[in-house]
Parts: sequence; C-alpha cells; structure tokens
Amino acid sequence: MGFVNLFLAFVRIGLFGFGGGLAMLPLIYQSVQQFGFMPLEEFSDLLALSQVTPGPIAVNAATYVGLHFAGLPGAAVATFGVVLPEFIIMMIVCRFLDRFRENPLVEGAFTGIRPVTIGLLGAAVIFVSEGVLVHGPLISRALVTAGLDYYNLIAIGIAAVTVLLMTALKMKPVRVMLLMAAVGAVCGGMGIL
Amino acid sequence: MKHGSKGETRKIIKQLAGLFLAFFKLGLFTIGGGYAMIPQMQQIAVTEHHWLTEEEVVDCIAVSQSLPGIIAINMATYIGRKLHGFRGAVAATVGVVLPSFIIISLAVLVLGTIGDNPWVAGAFTGVKAAICGLILVSAVRLGRQVLRTPFQWVLMIAAFAAIGFFGINAVWVILVAAILGIIYTASRKGVR
Repeated sequence: MGFVNLFLAFVRIGLFGFGGGLAMLPLIYQSVQQFGFMPLEEFSDLLALSQVTPGPIAVNAATYVGLHFAGLPGAAVATFGVVLPEFIIMMIVCRFLDRFRENPLVEGAFTGIRPVTIGLLGAAVIFVSEGVLVHGPLISRALVTAGLDYYNLIAIGIAAVTVLLMTALKMKPVRVMLLMAAVGAVCGGMGIL
Repeated sequence: MKHGSKGETRKIIKQLAGLFLAFFKLGLFTIGGGYAMIPQMQQIAVTEHHWLTEEEVVDCIAVSQSLPGIIAINMATYIGRKLHGFRGAVAATVGVVLPSFIIISLAVLVLGTIGDNPWVAGAFTGVKAAICGLILVSAVRLGRQVLRTPFQWVLMIAAFAAIGFFGINAVWVILVAAILGIIYTASRKGVR
C-alpha cells in the first residue's frame, strides 16, 4: 500500500504543480505531511539539497522523499510518478497542436503567447537573481536604503562577465558555467562569496 | 545506396542515444529551476544539431510553461516527440531526469549532505550568478526572432511587468495573451 500511496501522491504533484520548481514545494510538503513518507524535520534538508544540486527541483525532491521512504525502489517510484503526468499530457497536447497547427485560432494564440514567453524569460532573470545577486528581493526599496551590503558584488561581476563571454566571445553555456563554478568555489573557499 | 533494415535500426538507435545524451547533459547543468535549461537547450538544439529553429524553441517554452508540472520534463517530452515520436520523448525525458536521480541518491546514500561545504556552496553561487546572465542573453536572442510587431512588443513588456513586478501567475498571463493574439490576428485578416 505504501508504494501505491507514494506513487499516487507524486502523480498528483506532477499533475497539479503549475509553475514548476519552487512553486511545487508546498504541494510536496503537504503530501509528506499527509502520508508521513519521512520526518517533517528533514524537509529543510530536502529544500537545501534540491536547490544546490543540478536538475529540476521537483525531481530532486521526489527522489529524496522516495529514498527516505523506501530506499532506491522508493526513489524510482516517486520519480516515475512525478514525471508521468507531464509526459502523458504533453504527448496529447502535441498531437493536438500538430493537427491544428494551421488553424487560425491556434496560429493567433501563438502570436500572442510568443512575446509573453520572452517577457517570462525576462522575469525569470529577476527571480533567479534574488538571493544570488542581491541578498533578498530584487524589486524592493532595500536596493537604495540597505547600502552596498545588500548587493553580492562578486556574483554581479560573474553575471556581467557571463554576458560578455556569451556575446563577445560566443562561448558555450556549459563552459561559462564550469568556469564560473570554479570562480565561485575559489571565492567561497576564501570566504568572500 | 540501399538501406537494410539492420542499418536503419542502427541509425535510429544512434539518433535516440544522441537525444538521450543531449538531455542528460541538459539535466546535469539545470541548476535552480527549468529556465536555467534554456540557454543550453538553444546551444544544443539550435546551434549544434539544428534540431529546432529559434522560433520553435520559443514555442516549446510557451507550451511547456502553459501545462502543469515540471518545465524541464515538459520541454524534454516536447522536443523528443517532435524529433523521434514516442521513443524520442522517452529518451529525452529519461535523459533529463537521470542526473537528478543519480546525484540525489549519491548525496543521500554516500555523502550525507553536501550543502555545508563553502567551496561547494561557492561553486553553486557562481553557477547561479552565471545563469542570470545566460538567461538574459537567451531572452534577448529569442526576442529578436519573435518580436516583429508593436503589438508583440507591448505584450512582451506587459507580461514582463505582470509576472516580474506584480507576481501574477504566468498561466493567467499566457491565457490572456492567447485570447488577445486570436483577436489581433482575426482583426488583421478582417482589414485585409
């Protein structure tokens, strides 16, 4: 019964988690609470680990909860559960889109949605930089009132150099990330980041 | 040259393996949410392999963001299916999930926890800072392809403000934009 509950709980999380990543964590917390998959005190460890390891946060969380519940088989069940709804929904939606691609309604909808996607990416820059480039929200009065301590100057420098490397030198994203990981590790090790 | 069925099968397996590896790499470097995947997806799918055009990348992001669930999974399924149908979708999705699965399992079973080490924490801060710049570059590059009319510029700025400044749920913004797009396109056709 435990495995079925674990699977269904993560199917539900995949199905109703709009917005991905951090927006899905409350849903995951509630499921852990409801079914007791692991002690709730561990949730902050899950949060920290999911954010500092690569990969989609919800997949990391599913693997973590599953591991604590029933070892590797549990991790596999939870991860499979959280991925399955997206996979099925996307397959159905794409089939629909393929069939109606030329339809004026679908075409019109995409004319509106494409610019929004660009705006969304712009907003993503704000969300990603919060807590990294500045110590708190980016859109806030603290930008002016809190003084230089509010800014993480090294992180801002890394972001700026990244833009330069990408545009002027056309460096590959992976290489830029590896380079900046090395810079960050050295700065972190010296205690200045 | 005639292709035997054996050669054909080998070719498909090779293509699926390529897709799997590409998305494994994407999963490995997705740090701090699905958007971090986009700059690299552009690099791999558009620049290196010519699997997609920039406009198709934007469509993929739009559809992935509109549906529930994990954005990275949505994008992997979308692109995998577009290239090689069901098998492609499976290869790409498994590829993007596997790095998380392996790393979290190792971290929990072998290391205990890795978040406390200042070197490791610094490396992640460095990558996250780089991702801010990477996404910015991606947004500008994709915007150049997509934004063609004043109508689209207005929508982009409105969406940026609504989501970034006022914290409105992206799903609603996308729905409204879809309706406005339909009305706009229909009215343009009426004029002509």
